[in-house]
Amino acid sequence: MLALKIRNLEKTYRNGPHALRGIDLDVEEGDFFALLGPNGAGKSTTIGIVCSLVNKTAGTVEVFGHDLDLAPQEAKACIGYVPQEFNFNPFEPVAEIVINQGGYYGLPRSEARDRAEHCLRQLELWDKREEQARSLSGGMKRRLMIARALVHRPRLLILDEPTAGVDIEIRLSMWEFLRRINADGTTVILTTHYLEEAEHLCRNIAIINHGRIAERARMHEMLRRLHRQDLILDIAEPVERLPRIEGYELQRLERCLIEAKVASGQDLNGLFVGLAEAGIRVLSMRNKQNRLEQLFLDMVNSRRGPQG
Amino acid sequence: MRYWVAFQTLVIKEVLRFSRIWVQTVLPPAITTALYFIIFGTLIGEQIGEMDGYRYVDFIVPGLILMAVISNSYANVVSSFYQAKFQRNVEEMLVAPIPAWVMLLGYVVGGVARGVVVGILVTLVSMFFSDLTVHSYGITLGVFVLTSVLFSLAGFINAVYANSFDDISIIPTFVLTPLTYLGGVFYSIKLLPEFWQQVSLANPVLYMVNAFRYGLLGVSDIQVGVAIHIILGFIVVLFLFALVLLKRGVGIKS
Repeated sequence: MLALKIRNLEKTYRNGPHALRGIDLDVEEGDFFALLGPNGAGKSTTIGIVCSLVNKTAGTVEVFGHDLDLAPQEAKACIGYVPQEFNFNPFEPVAEIVINQGGYYGLPRSEARDRAEHCLRQLELWDKREEQARSLSGGMKRRLMIARALVHRPRLLILDEPTAGVDIEIRLSMWEFLRRINADGTTVILTTHYLEEAEHLCRNIAIINHGRIAERARMHEMLRRLHRQDLILDIAEPVERLPRIEGYELQRLERCLIEAKVASGQDLNGLFVGLAEAGIRVLSMRNKQNRLEQLFLDMVNSRRGPQG
Repeated sequence: MRYWVAFQTLVIKEVLRFSRIWVQTVLPPAITTALYFIIFGTLIGEQIGEMDGYRYVDFIVPGLILMAVISNSYANVVSSFYQAKFQRNVEEMLVAPIPAWVMLLGYVVGGVARGVVVGILVTLVSMFFSDLTVHSYGITLGVFVLTSVLFSLAGFINAVYANSFDDISIIPTFVLTPLTYLGGVFYSIKLLPEFWQQVSLANPVLYMVNAFRYGLLGVSDIQVGVAIHIILGFIVVLFLFALVLLKRGVGIKS
């Protein structure tokens, strides 16, 4: 079953540009789906329409088979939404924000209280339940919005830049949490600027550019399309001249740091053999940039053309 | 059942909101009304004598109670909904499966709740200065609640169109207060020249104040039946208008 089905979605803002120019998108139930695109591409507008925060100009949206125009309450009941910006009343106590959200979804107060406790404990906010939301740290506020979105146990969780501005430790714990709820059966749609995040978490991906879907593919298929990988190698001792190794392009970055460009599909054995024969010991290796990031930039730049 | 729970949640949230800041929301009208009674009722009122057969202090009681109800019902909804827009927590309700009419009713009942609490408090204060009698409980309670509903709706519409905190004080300052003061709270329009009596009839607050005065004292400048029909008419028009605004997402959706 499709968790989300979007057909010919268009949005033109009053006195503004075409934000969306006929988007078609399917997201399977149980998927962990990334919606990516440069700033202003139309990601947040798409999500805004699905979550009933933005009025569409044309097109249809179905959530688990419920048409957003014909059965809006049924469609909305399936969705949990975590926005990009904090959108809770900062003067309300943490627990009350989550309990009220449960109430809006029809959960009787006693049940909403139990569910809120469960969600707040899961996101390590239970100790803060009595405090006003404004007193929370940035990371805690993000987690509060996730707890609020989960209180009614949505079948589809939509997260718009959920880890923006949080430190790496919290980001990793949030990744783990999102993986867990996805494994438990919740369909997750994620927009993020951290492409590393999408690569780690998502199985399928769509890239929006200029209000259109530019790419829609499985993550591993998408990554396979990379024409080359840029690797950074830490070497034990400095070398005067880099060896020529056929099939690999080497470049010295610093005294003990070299960059190797490897064509897609080519193994790395030849590179290491060549380096070993030249007496170069490799201590560690990493990708110069995240693979999805590289692909994303290639794609966006190629569509912009040589003028950028 | 789901909508009932959502409605209850909204009302509880609204009541908790104004209860938490009772020093700002509930206490000031009680103090202001006490001052009105002291100055207009006791000090100046003694010089004025009777009006419509009642001591002046007794004559102004209904108007002062209703004035507090009007301003507080309005203020509650306009500030709460505008704040929800400003802080964007209105999105909590927009993403949830709540029909527009449930959301609107939730805010209106929240406004009525504050109007009722303040109205009761002002009534208690008035009992220190006046021998309060009730001519008709039905009309008194009916007009009390209907007026509160009407101005809660008006506050909601103001909040929908407001783009800044200034916008939520302009209507109360430049429209609501003059209409209330010129709506027969402190005088009977029979005291006015014929021309100004006719002009006063265009003021909707006049009908509410007089209907409420009839409920308490049994005297009115206008027919109570007409007044109640006018109040009901305004409620229907404002409710439908607010509902259309909410459904279209005016001021809250792009």
